[in-house]
Amino acid sequence: MSASAPVPQPSAPPSPGGHRAGRGGPAAAVLVAVLLGAAPAGGQGFAGLGSAAGDFALPAPGPFDFPADHGPHWDFRIEWWYLTAVLTGPDGSDLGVQWTLFRTALAPGRGEGWQSPQLWMGHAGLTTPDRHFVAERLARDGTGQAGVELAPAFRAWIDDWELAAPAPPAPGRDALERVVVAARGMEFAYRLKLEAAGPLVAQGDGGYSVKSAAGQASRYYSQPFYRAEGWLDLPEGRVAVTGLAWLDREWSSQPLAPDQTGWDWFSLHLDGGERMMGFRLRDGGAGYTAAAWIGPDGVAEALPPGALRLTPLDRAEVAGRRVPVRWRLELPATGLDVTVAAVNPQAWMATLVAYWEGPVRVTGSHPGRGYLEMTGYE
Amino acid sequence: MLRAGLAALAGHWRRHPLQLAMALAGLALATALWTGVQAINVEARSSYARAAALLAQDRLARLVPLVGARLDEADFVALRRAGWLVAPVIEGWMPAGAARLRLVGIDPLTAPPGALALPAGEAGGLAGFITPPGRFLADAATAPAAAAHLPGPVAAAEGVAPGVVVGDVGIVQGLLDAEGQLSRLLLWPEQPAGLPAWQAVAPGLRLETPAAAGDLARLTDSFHLNLTAFGLFAYVVGLFIVHAAVGLAFEQRRATFRTLRALGMPVATLVALSLAELLAMALAAGLAGVALGYLLAGALLPDVAATLRGLYGAAVAGGLALRAEWWAAGLAMAVAGTLVAAAAGLVRLARLPVLSAARPRAWARASARLIGGQAAAGAGLLALALGAGALPGLPAAFAAVAALLLGAALVLPGVLAAALAAVAPTARGPVAGWFLADTRLQLPGLSLALMALMLALAANIGVGTMVSSFRLAFTAWLDQRLVSELYVTARDDAEAAEVREWLAPQVDAVLPIWSVEGPLAGLPGEIYGVADHATYRDHWPLIAAMQGAWDRVAAGRAVMASEQLARRAGLAPGDALVLPGGVRVEVAGVYADYGNPVGQVLLAADRLAELYPQVERRRWAVRVAPAKAAELAAGLAERFGLEEGAVVDRAAVKALSLGLFERTFAVTAALNVLTLGVAGVALLASLVTLAGMRLPQLAPVWALGLTRARLARLELARALMLAALVFAAALPLGLALAWLLLARVNVEAFGWRLPMHLFPADWGVLLAMALAAAGLAAAGPARRLARLRPAELLGVFANER
Repeated sequence: MSASAPVPQPSAPPSPGGHRAGRGGPAAAVLVAVLLGAAPAGGQGFAGLGSAAGDFALPAPGPFDFPADHGPHWDFRIEWWYLTAVLTGPDGSDLGVQWTLFRTALAPGRGEGWQSPQLWMGHAGLTTPDRHFVAERLARDGTGQAGVELAPAFRAWIDDWELAAPAPPAPGRDALERVVVAARGMEFAYRLKLEAAGPLVAQGDGGYSVKSAAGQASRYYSQPFYRAEGWLDLPEGRVAVTGLAWLDREWSSQPLAPDQTGWDWFSLHLDGGERMMGFRLRDGGAGYTAAAWIGPDGVAEALPPGALRLTPLDRAEVAGRRVPVRWRLELPATGLDVTVAAVNPQAWMATLVAYWEGPVRVTGSHPGRGYLEMTGYE
Repeated sequence: MLRAGLAALAGHWRRHPLQLAMALAGLALATALWTGVQAINVEARSSYARAAALLAQDRLARLVPLVGARLDEADFVALRRAGWLVAPVIEGWMPAGAARLRLVGIDPLTAPPGALALPAGEAGGLAGFITPPGRFLADAATAPAAAAHLPGPVAAAEGVAPGVVVGDVGIVQGLLDAEGQLSRLLLWPEQPAGLPAWQAVAPGLRLETPAAAGDLARLTDSFHLNLTAFGLFAYVVGLFIVHAAVGLAFEQRRATFRTLRALGMPVATLVALSLAELLAMALAAGLAGVALGYLLAGALLPDVAATLRGLYGAAVAGGLALRAEWWAAGLAMAVAGTLVAAAAGLVRLARLPVLSAARPRAWARASARLIGGQAAAGAGLLALALGAGALPGLPAAFAAVAALLLGAALVLPGVLAAALAAVAPTARGPVAGWFLADTRLQLPGLSLALMALMLALAANIGVGTMVSSFRLAFTAWLDQRLVSELYVTARDDAEAAEVREWLAPQVDAVLPIWSVEGPLAGLPGEIYGVADHATYRDHWPLIAAMQGAWDRVAAGRAVMASEQLARRAGLAPGDALVLPGGVRVEVAGVYADYGNPVGQVLLAADRLAELYPQVERRRWAVRVAPAKAAELAAGLAERFGLEEGAVVDRAAVKALSLGLFERTFAVTAALNVLTLGVAGVALLASLVTLAGMRLPQLAPVWALGLTRARLARLELARALMLAALVFAAALPLGLALAWLLLARVNVEAFGWRLPMHLFPADWGVLLAMALAAAGLAAAGPARRLARLRPAELLGVFANER
């Protein structure tokens, strides 16, 4: 089901003392680890992600520059285009799709052809209530095998996977307003048309997302308002689906504190039209939580660290680990008090670095659906 | 009882140390030759396996250019973007001082699962590997030498074939001056469902299965089969010695066995003791043999490696690893050989009547009854050889060789006996009559040694005739093929065009040497472009041709096919052949192309350029007055600043080719000499052991008045006469063997047939060697006889039973 790892010393699970990156980080982090030849080592954070940014650019607060910011930021060490979709099949079943393109730089900037120090990695997941499919792709920059371009229309791709606008946007419209997302694995494929029903949302402080008390940060914005329509190819045939999707865009050079060991990250589409993003970065102590409450109109409120309370309720045995698959989420400032449960507890991404990522059902004060990503459970 | 029994058995060897030494030496030599050859084969095969397993190419299908050696990187990107999981590989030769390095460039990110095992945890890791100047991997022997010629550090890595350096695809492209080009795309074993056909995405490619990629092992099979046959042959000759020595020892110890039985030792115990004794001998000799074999293989391997590189482009490590399996296999062969050689003796021992007397002479004579049976069996084998020789296929050819040799060996004693019987009536005087009769009497005891000698002589004649015939044909062929005075290689097509313009007014002709690679009749092949010129019409070594063959080729509708291709594909002039890309052409003629493992065709150069526009146009052959050649070469090098090796004259090419040829057969020659040595030892062993038993026959003759010195001279003369007779028998056998090798084995193994030439002078040398070996072997026993105390001869009468 999963494309197995073609890279030396693959899928070496992070050592118990290892550290995890932020949202989208685990995969990017292992790519860095593999490429730098560094074993996960405590002192520098996982795979050097906690190490000094060196020659790389550092994120700074400030306004975004669209459409340029939809494209790659070559001088930052890591970056991703991260899409999740909660979908409904013809029989009403809960389905989920993930599509992610990671960029990792060995050095800032680009080079000619194979010489470019930029690397690309794609992850695709498809989750049904009882099955979970995974695929992974790796590519060098500079050959055309993978990349992100803005002209004539936005297009992010690796191999035949893509997140692309079929046509340039109308004047004054966002380049990502209408896109198609598609991926293919050994036993599955999907293709969804996405149409944004709301504006882009800057996360954190105007798009400057702090990841630790020590000040590690990234640039981070989302498009949480996609309506999705399309099809999934499963081994038994094609299924038409509709639903909602959420795109995260994030780039950074040193997003982690050295002692952060993993995180739990939620993106929720609530039935009232609100969206909620929340995460907890785990460390030796209380951890670091952050959350954003996004109104149906796209107006986002960043809640202060610690405002979000996360409580694991049930764990499941997944790939030999105990992973929490039912949670209580409390965000008192908004009156949110919900239970979040995995649609399929076995949504394990058996990629170079394995992590849990799958669709969830939300019940309680604000029912809805969403996606959950959990890393660092050993 | 056991200890007494063992002591009694061992006592025999103490009294006959020479006999023991012979048995051990025979076994050790047989094991050594066998082990040595196996060691060479194992080492070479492991090199091929490593080459094939690099990037899992032994089990992955790949896409390669329809024709030519390179494909456009755009095809890789197009296939990836269509969803195909393919991994790029660039491969090529890079000059490294006087030698060349085989560079293989890969992309670690798309390499198929499990295909690439980079050393982990090294400084730099993958980032160092793909980031200029890059890091490289080679086997431990290649790495240090390669480092001087590569921009980045070279790490020693297990699993990389010798002579190969692995680097990043982008960096290797740069080193090979092949930016944007790839050699092939490896297909992942599993592909996503629902992909478009790859042919639609990259129409300029074709699929090659892993079986076709394993060419190297297949191509070299015949070479290794040759070596194996040699090893087996030497082993069998060695077993003859062991059989003779062990069989005799059984007979000589009959009295001991009888006494032991009479003392109450059960027959089972006696057999077990004998078996233990044999196993101890086998182990001792086997260990020595394996050690010798290791030394032998170490000495021969560099030549074998050179041969394989020259003949097949196969890289084989020059060093030898001492492998546990050799020890095991070598010892097993020694033990098995001993048991086979001693089986008859053991059976007889088990059935030994308690009261039977020791009869060494009777044993020797009883074997005479065998001679008739042996001759019949031998005749059957010879008939079988005749039949197998007529069948197609390499195994049949080797079966014919084996049946011929074994059959001839079995027939030999009968033939010698018949010959002696035929001349007996012509003997003048009683001494001559006794001499011939006594020689016949000795035949059974000597027959095994004589067989070994004949086999060695025949192998020598046969292989010598083959090699010398080949050398004659090859030299003549080189003279025909290498007509042009100069061969020029430019750096690129544009420079080649300039070179041509510069040359044209100064020389008689500038002929293209352009070629593309592509499948011919389903196997890898080469397509060469030729100009319509007298160089080809007058000199090219054609084996068969149609009327006006060169005109047909010049017109672009026909090709000349190499003998290998014609034989493999069953092509004759007038047949049709499909060129890569689907163009049908006629085969106008067939030419000899010795030493080339792949099939080849010659096509008009214009037609080649038209069919395959991507063909490299960098090489020219230049016809010019020989006196002007050196000056022109210097001028060329100066005018275009061509590197050394870019302009080569005919003499240099010829010297290179002949040097390669000589090395190809260096191993054969070495094994040949060693086999003859083994046969010499066999003869010595037999004569020495027989000498001790011959007193009862000699004593009466001595008593009748022949002096000991005369008797000794007669003994020597007998050995020489037998050697001469054996040589006479070996000569036709050797020539038959040569014919089989030239007309059957070579054709099947390499795809070419060579004319057979005879070399009587070589036979003279060989006869001298045979006589010398026999003389040396007989000299010791003869001297002993000459100095024998008369009392011992008298004792024969006193002790007569």
